[in-house]
Amino acid sequence: MRTDRPSREGLYRQEFEHGSCGIGFVAHVKGKKSHSIIRMGLDILRNMTHRGAEGADSKTGDGAGVMIQIPRDFYLIQGYALPPEGQFGTGLVFLPKNLDDAEKCTEIFLSIIKEEGVSFIGFRDVPRDNSTIGEIALSAEPDIRQILLSADIQQDDLERKLYIIRKRTEKAIRDSEIKQRKFFYIPSLSTKVLVYKGMLTSIQLGEYFSDLNDERLQSAIALIHSRFSTNTFPSWDLAQPFRVLGHNGEINTIKGNRFWMEARESILKSEKLGDLERIYPIIEPEKSDSASLDNVLEFLLMSGKSLPYAMSILIPESINMKNPIPPELRDFYHYHSTFMEPWDGPASLIFSDGRYIGGMLDRNGLRPSRYVLTTNDLIVMGSEAGVQTFKPEEIKEKGRLKPGKMLLVDTVEGKIFYDKELKAKLAEDFPYGKWIQQNMVNLEEIETGQVISPDLGNQYQKYLTSFNYSLEDIEKIIKEMAATGKEPIGSMGNDVPVAVLSRKPYRLFNYFKQMFAQVTNPPIDPIREELVMTLSGYLGSLQQNLLDESPDHVKMVRFRNPVISNTYFQVVKNLRYKGFSAANLLMHFDTVKGGEGLKQAVDQLCADAEKAVDEGKNYIILSDRGIDENKAPVPSLLAVSAVHHHLIEKRKRMQIDLVVESAEPREVMHFALLFGYGASIINPYLSFAVIDRLVKDKAIQLDYQKAEENYVNSINKGLLKIMSKMGISTLRSYRSSQVFEAVGIHPDVINRYFAGTTTRIGGIGIGEIAEEVLIPHRKAFTEDQLPEILTEGVYSFRKHGEKHAWNPETISLLQWSTKTGDKDKFREYSRQADSDTTSPLFIRGLLKIRKNPIPPEEVESAEKIMKRFVTGAMSFGSISREAHETIAIAMNRIGGRSNTGEGGEDPKRFKPLPNGESVRSAIKQVASGRFGVTTEYLVNADEIQIKIAQGAKPGEGGQLPGHKIDKIIAKTRYSIPGITLISPPPHHDIYSIEDLSQLIFDLKNVNPKARISVKLVSASGVGTIAAGVTKAGADLITISGYEGGTGASPASSIKHAGIPLELGLAETQQTLVMNNLRRKVTLQADGQLKTARDVIIAALLGAEEFGFATCALIVLGCVMMRKCHLNTCPVGVATQNPELRKRFMGKADNLVTFFTFLAEDVRGYLADMGFRNLDEIIGRFDLLERNHEADHWKTKDLDLSGMLRLPAEAAKNDMHCIEKQESKLKNILDLELISKAEKAISDKEPVLISGSIRNTDRTTGAMLSGRIASLYGSSGLPDGTIKCRFKGSAGQSFGAFLASGVELYLEGDSNDYLGKGLSGGRIIVVPPAGSLFESDKNIIIGNTVLYGATRGETYISGVAGERFGVRNSGAIAVVEGVGNHCCEYMTGGCVVVLGSTGSNFAAGMSGGIAYVFNEYGNFDYYCNMGMVELSLVEERNDINELQELISRHLNYTGSRKAKMILDDFNRFLPMFIKVIPYDYKKVIEEQKLEELKKKIASVEIDVDISGV
Amino acid sequence: MVYKKIEMGDITGFLKIKRKEAGNRPKNERICDYSEVEQVLNSEDRMLQASRCMDCGIPFCHWSCPVDNLIPEWNDLLFKGEWKKAYERLSSTNNFPEVTGRICPASCEHACVLNIGQEPVTIRENEVAITEKAFSEGYIKPSPPARRTGKTVAVIGSGPSGMAAADLLNKAGHSVTLFEKDEKAGGLLRFGIPDFKLSKSIIDRRVDLMTIEGLIVRTGTTIGKDISAKEIVNQFDAVCVAIGSGHPRDLNIEGRHLKGIYFAMEFLSNQNRVNSGDLHFPDNQVNAEGKKVLVIGGGDTGSDCVGTSIRQKAASVTQIEILPKPPVFRTPDNPWPYCAKVMKTSTSHEEGCERIWSLSTLRFTGKDGVVKGVEVEDVHWEKKNGCYAMKPIPETVRILETDFILLALGFVHPVIDGLVSELELELDDRNNIKTNYSFATNMQKVFAAGDSVTGANSVVNAIASGRRAAKEIDKFLRE
Repeated sequence: MRTDRPSREGLYRQEFEHGSCGIGFVAHVKGKKSHSIIRMGLDILRNMTHRGAEGADSKTGDGAGVMIQIPRDFYLIQGYALPPEGQFGTGLVFLPKNLDDAEKCTEIFLSIIKEEGVSFIGFRDVPRDNSTIGEIALSAEPDIRQILLSADIQQDDLERKLYIIRKRTEKAIRDSEIKQRKFFYIPSLSTKVLVYKGMLTSIQLGEYFSDLNDERLQSAIALIHSRFSTNTFPSWDLAQPFRVLGHNGEINTIKGNRFWMEARESILKSEKLGDLERIYPIIEPEKSDSASLDNVLEFLLMSGKSLPYAMSILIPESINMKNPIPPELRDFYHYHSTFMEPWDGPASLIFSDGRYIGGMLDRNGLRPSRYVLTTNDLIVMGSEAGVQTFKPEEIKEKGRLKPGKMLLVDTVEGKIFYDKELKAKLAEDFPYGKWIQQNMVNLEEIETGQVISPDLGNQYQKYLTSFNYSLEDIEKIIKEMAATGKEPIGSMGNDVPVAVLSRKPYRLFNYFKQMFAQVTNPPIDPIREELVMTLSGYLGSLQQNLLDESPDHVKMVRFRNPVISNTYFQVVKNLRYKGFSAANLLMHFDTVKGGEGLKQAVDQLCADAEKAVDEGKNYIILSDRGIDENKAPVPSLLAVSAVHHHLIEKRKRMQIDLVVESAEPREVMHFALLFGYGASIINPYLSFAVIDRLVKDKAIQLDYQKAEENYVNSINKGLLKIMSKMGISTLRSYRSSQVFEAVGIHPDVINRYFAGTTTRIGGIGIGEIAEEVLIPHRKAFTEDQLPEILTEGVYSFRKHGEKHAWNPETISLLQWSTKTGDKDKFREYSRQADSDTTSPLFIRGLLKIRKNPIPPEEVESAEKIMKRFVTGAMSFGSISREAHETIAIAMNRIGGRSNTGEGGEDPKRFKPLPNGESVRSAIKQVASGRFGVTTEYLVNADEIQIKIAQGAKPGEGGQLPGHKIDKIIAKTRYSIPGITLISPPPHHDIYSIEDLSQLIFDLKNVNPKARISVKLVSASGVGTIAAGVTKAGADLITISGYEGGTGASPASSIKHAGIPLELGLAETQQTLVMNNLRRKVTLQADGQLKTARDVIIAALLGAEEFGFATCALIVLGCVMMRKCHLNTCPVGVATQNPELRKRFMGKADNLVTFFTFLAEDVRGYLADMGFRNLDEIIGRFDLLERNHEADHWKTKDLDLSGMLRLPAEAAKNDMHCIEKQESKLKNILDLELISKAEKAISDKEPVLISGSIRNTDRTTGAMLSGRIASLYGSSGLPDGTIKCRFKGSAGQSFGAFLASGVELYLEGDSNDYLGKGLSGGRIIVVPPAGSLFESDKNIIIGNTVLYGATRGETYISGVAGERFGVRNSGAIAVVEGVGNHCCEYMTGGCVVVLGSTGSNFAAGMSGGIAYVFNEYGNFDYYCNMGMVELSLVEERNDINELQELISRHLNYTGSRKAKMILDDFNRFLPMFIKVIPYDYKKVIEEQKLEELKKKIASVEIDVDISGV
Repeated sequence: MVYKKIEMGDITGFLKIKRKEAGNRPKNERICDYSEVEQVLNSEDRMLQASRCMDCGIPFCHWSCPVDNLIPEWNDLLFKGEWKKAYERLSSTNNFPEVTGRICPASCEHACVLNIGQEPVTIRENEVAITEKAFSEGYIKPSPPARRTGKTVAVIGSGPSGMAAADLLNKAGHSVTLFEKDEKAGGLLRFGIPDFKLSKSIIDRRVDLMTIEGLIVRTGTTIGKDISAKEIVNQFDAVCVAIGSGHPRDLNIEGRHLKGIYFAMEFLSNQNRVNSGDLHFPDNQVNAEGKKVLVIGGGDTGSDCVGTSIRQKAASVTQIEILPKPPVFRTPDNPWPYCAKVMKTSTSHEEGCERIWSLSTLRFTGKDGVVKGVEVEDVHWEKKNGCYAMKPIPETVRILETDFILLALGFVHPVIDGLVSELELELDDRNNIKTNYSFATNMQKVFAAGDSVTGANSVVNAIASGRRAAKEIDKFLRE
């Protein structure tokens, strides 16, 4: 067993680790210490066990810990002689197991303590019991001792001293030669707080540290944390809480934040801390994102900042005008945003310095945080409600943290500070508004006398050629953007080689791939949730000490958009505002010197940039204008990143900004990269010149200004999209966050110029980079005649353009062979496809398979192999009914599985056809839109697939435009024909790995027989995610290559997001084997698989099952038109147009033939390799070797050894799935419900079941409902057949997928995901009898309620959290108050809100109706008016409906609010607002008109008949 | 703002607009003259036809086009009424779109995705329409090279391949002389293809243009006879041999010596010369007027013989073919997007002729040294081991009466006598000139292109070959 985390094993990298968790705290508001506080803390931990995770040995926890106040008395009782409170400090110390090493560490520690003038009292042995902890945890268990220190100085000074001691010691030991130095860690060292933590499960924490069970151990606070890490590698130090905080979430911008923090170190000054060099680096290396945030937070506190201040500047609220905060606070944030970029990402945080304890959420508020305040001064906050139970009459207040908001308890003053008060105080400290007004200038407001023409004159063609512009760049990218203001859309997958495999020269941009959020971290919807997003930034003076508050900080230029016109660029260039000055550096290199010249030029740029800093310039302009025969352009990305990293290294980065003037960037990805590596502003002058030319040629019929504006807008939109894919909200924190992976660049180049970027297979060096610039450059400047600008065939096929895997030869041969059953033609097809692959077109083309033949008869049958084949998720909606059903028939015939895709499935298909064939898709997909995901749908699945991401557009949602939704599609999607359907980018019930675990649990409840699979997209770190997903309970994981197809995606996503299948698959296999998790989960691969060779290589890289989508469509007639998004597929495959569907000619037989041929070929390969079945070769990297035959100038340095490295654990760990995941359904509440309701289920006999419920009772009602749906379909049981009455706090997913005939009545409160997928049942939640609080002021249910509900009713006598009714498509709900984003993406049903709402109400709402009681008259401010119209409730039908719903609410809940309204309905009616989407209104009106017409028509017929 | 599509083509054009061909002049009218048979559409209809192009992700048309025409791109421009740009895009891959637009077999249309539903885009007609508009609007202007390289090239043979090569090399700045053995340039285009399919003014117009651009055309000069080939090789920096596949396939059976049996090319070139005024009736011995014409060979040349015979007022015209009658629709082993091997009925066939398939010619019969008939026999084709084999059907031998026989059996290889043998150019096993990947022959400086290398092929293939050879020669000259 290893003793530390593997750092670079194969494709795995330590930095891929993710963690997330359950967090909480208990505190006595008045600071009364007791042991019961600690005990309650541990109880909370235990009650959130389901939010943590266990490793492969089922005993090793990912980490748990508790922070308490220093229990000085505890030690006094034990006989330690201690100085008075405040002069005493202590903390646990993790020491090496090896005694010598421990001794050495202690020596260093003690000598530093001495140097700092602190007295060492002694060590205390911490009693520990490691008998129950897991093998993995045990292997890395440190020796733990407690150090006791004292000094006769002020407590705050001592506290700082201890901080300095700790920082110094950490650094000294890190830099030492001590072998086991990595064991050394100090969880806390303080006069105020003490942290107990370890690599333990929530339950083990108390058992391990017996102190915690000692009644004498007392504290007024207990802050707890339980960790769910993706991997289970030993990591005692990464357990939380840290020194100040506990974090549930992810910091997506962590790379950038760390870089900026490092850069800032040079300009920080603190009187309180003195010489800062001693404590640097502020951020401990090789720790988690949460640990880094804690480091910075701690630093700010030590330098004298307050907790609320520090938290507010690190994790600020949105200052977007849509966020309703006071102007002074906006100024506060605005001011601080100029020198601290947000630490961006989902975060629920709790923190304490021993006196104050509090919690806050980031601006998105995606992680839940609920609290209860009791009448006896206890406050309990946690990720869930019900983690501690109190009697109803004890509860004073129930609440939740809202996005961006904070709550703080002062245990000394005995006071609770709410967000408003805290922030108002912060905003008052200095006249931030005035400072900004007096010092800051907006770029867009600077008057410009002249307009600079974009025309490049006679240089135009030369520049186009030199910068390798193709006709596609001009026509399909720039023109489209300039004409429409939108990014171009494409369809199907990317089947051209990644840049490094292509013989053609590419821009350096193309070697980078976008990263995206999956599972551990949700992407954002940049359109519907625009309120959190911003692109604005600042230019200018940054050389201030952020620890000072001074008006000088804001002497800068603010810009709203970072992509600027030539005119504004001129302004920037000549800006002399407040003494600004710029250095203009040219990005040129000597054409003759090639790579060497490029290297020299970049070095020179770095040196010049440094000089510019020394000269006090405010920004550097990097420009590639002025190229000529002798001067070629340095790739702008290389220049930007090199200068950026050089300046960080020299600690001069904070003093200067980078502005780029380049001909190179043309598409969104290019801009994203330049910003991602450090640029502040970009002027893409050649793109503007192209637009100018297009306008002059009348190819765009707009004036230039408008066209330019369109172009810039579409770049902006694209940037927001790319940022949001990663869950990043602000360009300021995106800048230099480097959320990209390089594919095909040599590590030397990366380490030198792109430090911190992942590159795993080697590739081109500086020489090739130069050559790729020089090839087109020479054409532009040394040849007589400029070559014509041609279509390079990157988007559509051209004979002399880029090679496509799907080309006329492969398509026609595949269709020919499968239509006629001609095996020879199939061989021809395979030969052609394989030779394309090895040309090389895919990474697998660079691999060779080792052979060792046996007789083919000995190999397992084709039938067996075919069971491993599945078809990709293609929704009915994206492809035609004919195509969808043909695929299902074929897959059912061969025993493989087809996939519904995200659009639901017509229940008619659940039953076999009269001829015995079946059109039922074995795999039912659950995607973020939850279209058609009903209980009946789920129980009719053999496998349920949770789509986290899609190869063509990972991290993005989708949109099916109304005009494509006909009656049948609408029916299967539970929507209305003509209504646009939006799939959100994230699953709103998966913001973290423990959420995924919960969804898997939900689905297993509904259908315990189905396998649960999770679809991920290949990206660096996907193996780590897969490990987490396995720990979350998935039975199968699909790894999709970025090559995967789509019905519609932005062209840039198809090309640039995600990485090739081979890398992701190999990494997943390696990581799962290393963790010994591979045995529990089946792996499936998809992404441009075409032939048996592809299948075999995928198997060797770790896959047991294989997905085919494009291939299957081509067999059925697809000719890669790439027009799926336009509904014009001329072969009837990807269209809903009835005329075109008639052209569909595919037959199930053709597909059966294809898969049979394929399986036979797979057998052939197995025989050649000497294996009798596929299982034997899974993960056998050793059977693959690098094939150098196909190498060319760019591929020669590709090194696949990391990809093909068999982890050491492969010797003993299983390499494929051999066991089932442990069932977690053994003791659930539903088993009891089902047994009590047996008669009701079988004979429809009414039953009433009563009982209590706890937060650990999750997904109540789902299994019961699954049972009902499998017997009675969607009609369920008669209304009210099964009634359940519960008391207590219900766990997550209460009433999920509740079927018709079931009613759940809950007296108490409930957590997130209530009524998820509601399918006809009724849920009622009321506050406990005897509650003191007002129902419409207190939170009673959690976030994301009724997500994807299709039918049923919900009555909530209380307030709900964020996203009430998200994606509701048919349920009815009444609630007394909601958080942000209520009714988001709703497409049907009705929501009545009898109280106040949060922001962004009705964002993306395209159907259904909401009625809101506008008590305070400000609803219009909170409503997102993008898609809806507001009106008074005036129509008779509406009034009746509203009154009826409120009456029912009163009837079911006894709500006081409902009664008040109904008692005086006519008075309150005018205060109600009806919210109805435009689309919906139009469709409803059309329907009414249609009915009217029918009536009129029928009348006429009657007359006619009577006339006869 | 004027509504204008941004997408290539009109994405729904193919759903709204049906394929519409320009059609042909009425039969009764057209058989009285030699003017072109095919009509033209008005510009609006033509643009609508172009809107049917779907800008496929994989343009199979472009893939199947020997000269790699960027069909979706110029169809889009045509649809938008950008005639000039459409011509520029078209002529970037094809030197003589006015020719291919008239007589190309249009494999593009076979491969058109809309041909899956038998309604391909009218690509060939669009091509000619763009080009004719470009000529009539004056978009096509002589554009001599800005600079001369000082290198000289001789192109021997002014058929489509030689002309294409000469044109590109001239535009690249080399000084090019095009040698032609006949009295006018054009080769097979001029002398093989009847005027009713390709008016000779079209060729004149192009040759004139190239001449103004600096191309030197020397007609009536046979290399290897009038000037020795070696001299040419010595004089020029590079030589491109593009002499075509001039050696016709013969039918050496009994009675072949009889009078009244002609090679198709003899017959067709005579009529072409008559039409151009270079030859007059008394001299034109090969005339079908009043004759019972029998054309042997079912290909395009045979069809040209049929149309020409009808115009010469033959008493009757019969065309026979040894291969079986092709199917009306594609068979499973001849799927889209490959060229459809289906029954083709040309305009000449429509004008009135009997066609017989699976008929083997056994011997010619005659009287007084003049042919009077042909003995034929029905045959049956069978697939054996993947190859088709022919079997005579017993008791079907019979005599077809005829007094005018045209042999349209294709060509076997270039004429070897003269240039080829003088330069001792290496030949391949089919007696075509052997070249390497760069179109170079075994002789230093000497390149070869077109049918003389590939064997008889379509005009568009000849153009493609000439273009590729020109690029290689240009590379050679620049090295």
